[in-house]
Amino acid sequence: MSETAPAKLARTSLYDEHVRLGGRMVPFTGYELPVQYTGIVDEHTAVRTAAGLFDVSHMGEIEMSGEWAESVVDYLVTGNVKALADGQALYTCACNKEGTILDDLIVYKISKDRILTVCNAANRDKITKVFKQAAENHCEYKDRSDETALIALQGPKAFEVLARAGKDAADLVNLKSFHFRDVVIANVKCTAARTGYTAEDGVEIFCAWNDAPALWRQLLELGKDLGLKPCGLGARDTLRLEGRLSLYGNDIDETTNPLEAGLGWIVKLDKETFVGKEALVAIKAKGFSRKLVGFEVTGKGIARHGYPLRDLEGKEVGICTSGSPGPTVGKNIGLGYLPTAMCEVGTKFFCDCRGKNIEAVVVKTPFYKRAKAS
Amino acid sequence: MSDNFPSDLKYTKDHEWAKVEGSEMTVGITSFAVEQLGDVTLVSFDVKVGDTLTAGKAFGTIESVKTLSDLYAPVNGKVVALNGDLDGKPELVNEDCFGKAWMIKIALSDAKAADALMDAAAYTAHVKASG
Repeated sequence: MSETAPAKLARTSLYDEHVRLGGRMVPFTGYELPVQYTGIVDEHTAVRTAAGLFDVSHMGEIEMSGEWAESVVDYLVTGNVKALADGQALYTCACNKEGTILDDLIVYKISKDRILTVCNAANRDKITKVFKQAAENHCEYKDRSDETALIALQGPKAFEVLARAGKDAADLVNLKSFHFRDVVIANVKCTAARTGYTAEDGVEIFCAWNDAPALWRQLLELGKDLGLKPCGLGARDTLRLEGRLSLYGNDIDETTNPLEAGLGWIVKLDKETFVGKEALVAIKAKGFSRKLVGFEVTGKGIARHGYPLRDLEGKEVGICTSGSPGPTVGKNIGLGYLPTAMCEVGTKFFCDCRGKNIEAVVVKTPFYKRAKAS
Repeated sequence: MSDNFPSDLKYTKDHEWAKVEGSEMTVGITSFAVEQLGDVTLVSFDVKVGDTLTAGKAFGTIESVKTLSDLYAPVNGKVVALNGDLDGKPELVNEDCFGKAWMIKIALSDAKAADALMDAAAYTAHVKASG
């Protein structure tokens, strides 16, 4: 520990659970959260083969309500919120006028006049400001982050665990991907969405802040013999990387646009209007000079966030935005921006691992894809 | 576990252990360092046998899923051997850090250099202070 007093960190309502379970607590976006309990690889493997439970209560939740709520949120994000059915969710992003990314989000359409948006904890101040401002004179705005806990239950056995948590919870297996509904899980009133950040099947469960410990304890107990384990931020990162799910602050930020980040599929340029549309139309017409690609380190080294990427002549041409060993794929993998001409699968280049040029190759992503459920 | 450091070894503030046999020193990382690192996935050496080492200078790196840290030479000397087994089996570090996962053997420039390192009791106190 350094001599200077650390900034006061917030705790989620599951803090005591994490400590009791032996979680190694670290500061993360202003919260004290567990980076791991038993070990990153162990937890990662549990999610791939059984199930894992994550505390993601640090995420921000913003509710917009009123007649124009849908229109306002639709204007703020690149996706088509108006096209959503009630009870449907959407992965999308909010851009600024320049077409670069303010945050990636999930928008939940409860109804036309009630829209919930989940943002990254690190962007909560920025996004709440944007949403609050946009709501002014148009709809009601409420930051529900401090009253809403969020627990992710992910993995091939997630629904077996839920099947033990009551009749209503058992029926969640019929919930469609990117849909959500109110549900009682282990006698706790929740809203569950079939979404996640691990490239596995599962749900993300919203509940009242103070109900989270009871829900957390019960789920862990119910899933114990199925191999359900509590998982920390470390495994969350390796799981999402194998699934090529972007991490804000690493792979995307206010210097990157969604088109070059490989997120063109969430940008609906045919939408009448949204913040950043003009810029993105222009970027698309002009073409972009770099793209975010997945790569495998074929030499002996591990790519890390911020390492320079070099062409085979040794010239710096890009940057690694995420990198680590991929426990399931069994390779050292990464994401990074490379010049468009070098983005073809099979293109060889170097990752500069602290002064050493280590061979790497562009590969197809995602690195890991789960087998389709029968 | 990290409270129980072998008493026949010497220790550095960077959480390495050193075992002196005659004019040779074997170096590895401690169980406390392993706990901090987590799953070790790569050990790489920046030196080869015969190279000269300077106390306090890095001779390689050790990486886990999440982090990377330098391996420091505890003393001046020459590289006698590097543990090649770690190349294919970095997980040995998690399994047996005080044994099979030794990292480097050093021919000591000064036979008394190890005296400056911590003993197990001093290292235990150091770990408590840094934990």
